[in-house]
Amino acid sequence: MSSPAPFVGRRGRDARLPPGQYDVGSDYPVLTAEATPNVSSKTWTFTVDGLVERPTSLTAAELRALPRSTWEGDIHCVTTWSKLGTSFTGASLDSVLDLAGVAPSATHALSWSSSGYTTNLPVEDLTGGRAWLVWEHEGRPLTTEHGGPVRMLVPHLYFWKSAKWVAGLRFLDHDEPGFWERHGYHHRGDPWREQRYAGDG
Amino acid sequence: MSLPGPPPHTDLCGAPLPPLPTLGGAALRNPPETGAARRWMDAEVVEVRRETATTSTFRLALPSWEAHVPGQHYVVRLSAADGYRAERSYSIASPPEDVGHVELTVERLGDGEVSPYLHDEVRAGDTLTVRGPFGGWFVWRGTRPALAVGGGSGVVPLMAMLRHARAARAACREVAEIQAVVSFRDEAHVLYAGEWGEGSTVVLSRQSSPVGRPAGRIAVADVEGPLARVLRAATCERPPEVFVCGSTPFAAAAEAVLARAGSPTEALHVERFGPSAPPT
Repeated sequence: MSSPAPFVGRRGRDARLPPGQYDVGSDYPVLTAEATPNVSSKTWTFTVDGLVERPTSLTAAELRALPRSTWEGDIHCVTTWSKLGTSFTGASLDSVLDLAGVAPSATHALSWSSSGYTTNLPVEDLTGGRAWLVWEHEGRPLTTEHGGPVRMLVPHLYFWKSAKWVAGLRFLDHDEPGFWERHGYHHRGDPWREQRYAGDG
Repeated sequence: MSLPGPPPHTDLCGAPLPPLPTLGGAALRNPPETGAARRWMDAEVVEVRRETATTSTFRLALPSWEAHVPGQHYVVRLSAADGYRAERSYSIASPPEDVGHVELTVERLGDGEVSPYLHDEVRAGDTLTVRGPFGGWFVWRGTRPALAVGGGSGVVPLMAMLRHARAARAACREVAEIQAVVSFRDEAHVLYAGEWGEGSTVVLSRQSSPVGRPAGRIAVADVEGPLARVLRAATCERPPEVFVCGSTPFAAAAEAVLARAGSPTEALHVERFGPSAPPT
């Protein structure tokens, strides 16, 4: 066997890119596994249940009445594109979880969507200013293909953890794999540790 | 085989909670068969086969081969001398019956970072760093009747499904019905030309086809016959599956056409790639 000609790759790489990722520029690819559902903000609700002191359900209007918060930064898709310097506007998940009161016995949550999509997250990745429920992207209403009317935003993890069309969070005392996690992807998905697939470090 | 399920969901008082909706159904609750770590390995490129002016198939001999499920992909990693590396996923075109090997079909994207290098620099006898197989959702196990709809290089995983079905039938093994509807710009862009054959419908968007179909994007008339054959083969125990693979605009168009043709949405598996809007 021989080695092909040396690979150089694109130079001038941005330090904001985690290993193995590339800058997608102004594009914003759509990646979903299922048919795109049609969710109206008039009927959308977000339910927090499981190991919480006060099971809570919010309408879109009630969510929007919470303190508004804009996050700016970089998002990373496991399929190796990253979108740098983007922004989302919504409410901090902390303010929603304060209403429900997450029990000390809760260690993980399953985030679920009306499409049936689920993804699992440890409680510490959802609290402390690390997660949001968002309805705007770069100042515009979130489109259906990107998860509108409301999606989860957990930008420090690969973007499959930020469920589109999110409808609820269920707090559990154990880790339970969600949709992609049952299909060979990593349980946590930290892009800086390249936790793409099951078994990655 | 019955595997222990996850603990029940309860509230703080231990009262059971209703189950959450589950995409793909409860049958997929078992631990993924792709649960073990996949290590990087050096594969030998044993053949590079030109498919069209911009697309080639790389046939790899793997030092550690494992049978894949049609629809799965491998990741190719290129490393520069300074430690910089780039990774891309490519669908497997070959069937799992091709023991010891996988074939990855790669379209050369003019503005790409990895595909131009693969096309311009990699020859038979060279080594490529790969790992896989990956993917547990866009897969066809050959047990449920399937309609597979693909556009452009989105047909690659569908060819793995067709080749698997043909290899199984040739070996007198039972395999479910599969119908493919594949769309290309024109004849010069047809991948695996001559291999579609029975059970396949080839649609050309910018050229009338040899069987007299006028040029045009995929339409209800293209999918209703194949869909009807798949639905006829389906039973309660073996419900139909529908696969759509292509660019984001193609997948959106195909989803809409399938819905109008009466395709069951709960059976739909979609794999999209590339930019979210057509290049301008």
